[in-house]
Amino acid sequence: MNSKLIQPFIEATQNVVRIMTDLELSAGTPYLKKDKAAKGDLSGVLGMTGDFNGTLSVSFTEAGILQIVSGMFGERIEQLDDEIHDAAGELTNMISGQARRNLETMGISLEAAIPTVIQGKCHMIKHITSAPTVAVDFRLRTGGEFTVELCLEGPR
Amino acid sequence: MVDKDICILVVDDFSTMRRLIKRILKELELTNIIEADNGVAAWERINEQQVDLVVCDWNMPTMTGLDLLEKLRADERFTQLPFIMVTAEGKKESVIEATKKGVTGYITKPFNAKDLERKLKTVFNE
Repeated sequence: MNSKLIQPFIEATQNVVRIMTDLELSAGTPYLKKDKAAKGDLSGVLGMTGDFNGTLSVSFTEAGILQIVSGMFGERIEQLDDEIHDAAGELTNMISGQARRNLETMGISLEAAIPTVIQGKCHMIKHITSAPTVAVDFRLRTGGEFTVELCLEGPR
Repeated sequence: MVDKDICILVVDDFSTMRRLIKRILKELELTNIIEADNGVAAWERINEQQVDLVVCDWNMPTMTGLDLLEKLRADERFTQLPFIMVTAEGKKESVIEATKKGVTGYITKPFNAKDLERKLKTVFNE
């Protein structure tokens, strides 16, 4: 996967979280992730097709998603429930949408499917292609983490 | 600012987004809000009671936001009903498609209260 493709997803992630929650966050250095084990407790996964084919996943720790959703709703949320499950999917969708808009300015067109959400300790994320997976860890200033994984094969 | 008493119908299949949009509208002191979780339910609500503004997601099962918009514009009672489309997509083709179908405003996720307020001012010509 071309390493420049990850940057729009990093920027989109920071933008989505800041706009929706007002929370400050920092992004780690992108790295190649070789195992399929999710780093979080709840993951949104979304397939993409177009000039590249592959998958985006956003894997939230429990503390990470609870803080983000608390910020979105403007009230303290303390438990993973169906609404948090939906929120993980919606955040993945928003990150994908914004990143794809950024990619369009680079002449790269991608369409996205509807996200699915996987929940549970030690769940696995299976990316649909065998291309290398690039991951970036994000940390909220108030505590709580999440990881964005991008696995794209191409260009076509 | 927009009349605070207007009835706003928020349409989204995800309860999270409905809750989020309601919170943002309440931040703008707009509290007369009703909800629907798809286009069919939204159509029923619009026919049951006075609705002054629809804030609707694009991608929904059963009836998409675009299908609902088309159905409204085909009915002479609702040709002027303000309709803001909400979507994670911001592609030019999508905006053009929605404009052709008669959308009043278009807002791309993520957005905050300021973004929505700006959009409402445009929609209500303030």
